[in-house]
Amino acid sequence: MIKTQLDNLHLELINRPLDFQVGDLVKVHYKIIEGNKERIQIYEGLVIAIQNRGASKTFTVRRVSFDVGVERIFPLYSPTIEKIEKVRSNKVRRAKLYFLRDKAGKEGRLKEIKKAKPSDKMFERAEKLRAAKAAAAPAPQPAAAE
Amino acid sequence: MAKGLLGTKIGMMGMWDKNGKYIAVTALKCGPCSILQVKTPDKDGYSAVQIGFGKIKEENLSKAEKGHQKKAFEATGIYVRHAIELRDFPDAAEVGKQLDLSMFAEGDRVYVTSFSKGRGFQGVVKRHGFGGGRKSHGSTFHRAPGSVGAGTDPSEVVKGKRLPGRQGGKKTTIVNMKVVRIIPEENLMLVQGSVPGAAGSSVYVYQK
Repeated sequence: MIKTQLDNLHLELINRPLDFQVGDLVKVHYKIIEGNKERIQIYEGLVIAIQNRGASKTFTVRRVSFDVGVERIFPLYSPTIEKIEKVRSNKVRRAKLYFLRDKAGKEGRLKEIKKAKPSDKMFERAEKLRAAKAAAAPAPQPAAAE
Repeated sequence: MAKGLLGTKIGMMGMWDKNGKYIAVTALKCGPCSILQVKTPDKDGYSAVQIGFGKIKEENLSKAEKGHQKKAFEATGIYVRHAIELRDFPDAAEVGKQLDLSMFAEGDRVYVTSFSKGRGFQGVVKRHGFGGGRKSHGSTFHRAPGSVGAGTDPSEVVKGKRLPGRQGGKKTTIVNMKVVRIIPEENLMLVQGSVPGAAGSSVYVYQK
């Protein structure tokens, strides 16, 4: 019983499906807070790794800007991420594309491929729980606390 | 001690706060606790309430314990496993009344008391953070405590000298823990930071 309760708390944090895969080119729209102003910045790059850690799942996005390779790790379910846009899918044969770090220029090209949307069982479970909760009590719960 | 509840530690997890910062929280299942006894200055010399939490089978209680819980049992239908006394309880109290998490609000600061995990007999490196010696390069001094004092004079070891011994399994209180979230329908409470003890161990949450 203890485990289920913690599990359900984890599921509550899951706010978006994982609808991209390793090798996809994505645009991450994330919020930046400057003083009391909030704006959205876009970071575009290749997803080179997805770390599966339940509700603290993260993904690594690599891009080359001004000849310098930059990698950012985003928590998938972070509320600071507005949305994640998929630009194109590439054919890859590995789960982690760390070898791309050693490839310069044209060496790092990947072949485009059409891919079906991956299924996200954890998101489905989270949606199910939310639906069950909404049916039980119509008042919505605040997701993030102080 | 003004108000408090007994409960169980569920476990730890991470979550995002209002500013999008990732924080570590501990989930505690607290209450409902039933009042077993009300102590008054006239009768007992001080004012307090005794609250109970958890379930226990009737056959596991002695006759005296059952008698003590009789009145509360008639109101709630549950025999409780754990009990604790709250001095100077602020609200109206009567035997059999149920207390729940509505006494706390999000953003409150609470004290959390529980028993830390028992580590058994431990050496000075783990127990007191001694540095120890080198592992290699001909060193013969690894994790030993070293000298415990002078020789013939004073011919004794100073009291309080940090030496190997039993570690953990002690009552520990974490003060001013922030209540991040309360889920009343599941009797769950999330506090920021870690709470001593294993998941499933009993905790005592209170405010002074």
